[in-house]
Amino acid sequence: QEPQASGLPEYIKIVEVGPRDGLQNEKVIVPTDIKIELINRLSKTGLPVVEVTSFVSSKWVPQMADHKEVMRGIERHPGVQYPVLTPNLQGFHTAIAAGATEVSVFGAASESFSKMNINCSIEESIEKFEEVAKSARNMNIPVRGYVSCALGCPYEGNITPAKVAEVSKRLYSMGCYEISLGDTIGVGTPGSMKKMLEAVMKEIPLSALAVHCHDTYGQALANILTAIQMGVSVVDSSVSGLGGCPYAKGATGNVATEDVIYMLNGLGINTGVNLYAVMEAGNFICTALNKKTNSKVAQASFNTGTV
Amino acid sequence: YPKRVKVVEVGPRDGLQNEKNVVPTPVKISLINMLSETGLQVIEATSFVSPKWVPQMADHTEVMQGITKVPGISYPVLTPNLKGFQAAVAAGAKEVSIFGAASELFTKKNINCSIEESLERFSEVMAAARAANIPVRGYVSCVLGCPYEGKISAAKVAEVSKKMYSMGCYEISLGDTIGVGTPGSMKEMLSMVMKEVPVGALAVHCHDTYGQALANILVALQMGVSVVDASVAGLGGCPYAQGASGNVATEDLVYMLNGLGIHTGVDLQKLMDTGTFICNALNRRTNSKVSQASCRL
Repeated sequence: QEPQASGLPEYIKIVEVGPRDGLQNEKVIVPTDIKIELINRLSKTGLPVVEVTSFVSSKWVPQMADHKEVMRGIERHPGVQYPVLTPNLQGFHTAIAAGATEVSVFGAASESFSKMNINCSIEESIEKFEEVAKSARNMNIPVRGYVSCALGCPYEGNITPAKVAEVSKRLYSMGCYEISLGDTIGVGTPGSMKKMLEAVMKEIPLSALAVHCHDTYGQALANILTAIQMGVSVVDSSVSGLGGCPYAKGATGNVATEDVIYMLNGLGINTGVNLYAVMEAGNFICTALNKKTNSKVAQASFNTGTV
Repeated sequence: YPKRVKVVEVGPRDGLQNEKNVVPTPVKISLINMLSETGLQVIEATSFVSPKWVPQMADHTEVMQGITKVPGISYPVLTPNLKGFQAAVAAGAKEVSIFGAASELFTKKNINCSIEESLERFSEVMAAARAANIPVRGYVSCVLGCPYEGKISAAKVAEVSKKMYSMGCYEISLGDTIGVGTPGSMKEMLSMVMKEVPVGALAVHCHDTYGQALANILVALQMGVSVVDASVAGLGGCPYAQGASGNVATEDLVYMLNGLGIHTGVDLQKLMDTGTFICNALNRRTNSKVSQASCRL
């Protein structure tokens, strides 16, 4: 580990989204016990947050049909948060009944994406989330807000930073403790990341911001670097880079947790995460999925036997 | 950020040299000719090294003589010693490159001599190049780590770079040969080198073996570097980590620079088409994510 480079956060919280965002975008349906084993392994790596599952209708997302079993089956390690997605009040109640202690809601900065994804306008989706936020507040359950298409939309193309800031502000005002800004199709570059963050930072405190970069165009680490240079200290990633892109067949999606940690270690930034343990968890799930890892660090390390 | 970045395309040499399949001469020539149409200003064409060591580059003379030399584009070639230099010039080369390293062990294993001895060999090439008015580009390998020595001190990189620059190299390309560097080590290394070599004479040559290349390049740009090496389709694996990737893909680099509003003069679509061509010829998938994403199958 190098001495910490000046101007960057001393600590970065990594939010591991592999078991949810990752698996959700994998073709092969993963058996419940494998999902539980994956999450249990991730719990032992030092990761502070592991996104477990999604309480969405199994009709829409078959991969997450076993949400209750997964939620009840996992080991809950002290000091690790296990948020779950809850698209609406019904999902929220089911999640709580299954033992969830933190939830996430998913907004978008694009009307078209909102319509195509959850069949309602941004405004309507915000209303649904407000119901969830209200119930969550009553029960002392923290809510994380996601904003999709923060750097571009598969339908609308360019998305204005002002729109991203507006939606982020709505989610933050309703009580989301953190807003994760997602480059859903990975089209962003350090240029657009900077402009978007400048706009959002006018509305939301830096410490409440996270970035969720997709590596579809190979830009994720450069975009994450830009974000952390601007003071962002929460980064989402997916073990082994699980989860392809539903909008570009054969292309990659989530940035690999291993590659993010490798970069942060090199920058002397503390994450609390054991890189090797994450690589082993990645090896486990890739073997189970019968697929090659999307993590370059894992590819390089397993072939030379060094880290 | 710099307003303009010169992209040095190393696919036909560094890329192909590290591909398993030997590529027929006409395919190499087509590749270089297609690259000449993309707006790239520098295309590293081949290497005048003994075919015993590098079979892929055995056709160096035919390639050099066979390509269409577009005015305004530079086609540098590698020349490890005086003999290679002379053969290169005879074959029509107008610019050459020499390869040093910041690691003694790497130099020993790679060219069987010490760093000091390698610099002596290069000084012969420099003298001949000066006499013939041929510009020489210097490469320094292992700047952020060595497959044998591990950590490499930034001071050592600065020392070797300074020697090569003082010898007369117009540009020094700093290579993260095994891709282990991160923005942290890149910044530290460049800070030291920039004390000895003007930033306008520096280039970075990043490998993407650990996925760090674009982030490392970004930091280099932030420090004022404005010349970046890359390989179309990310050609060229890593000889030190089987199955791992090597060179950063030119397409992915240009995509990032476009997004930053930095001028390169390169047509990304034509570049992607060239990548598709060579990958088909090599019967392999591209390593460029931009290419993978844009190909809607």
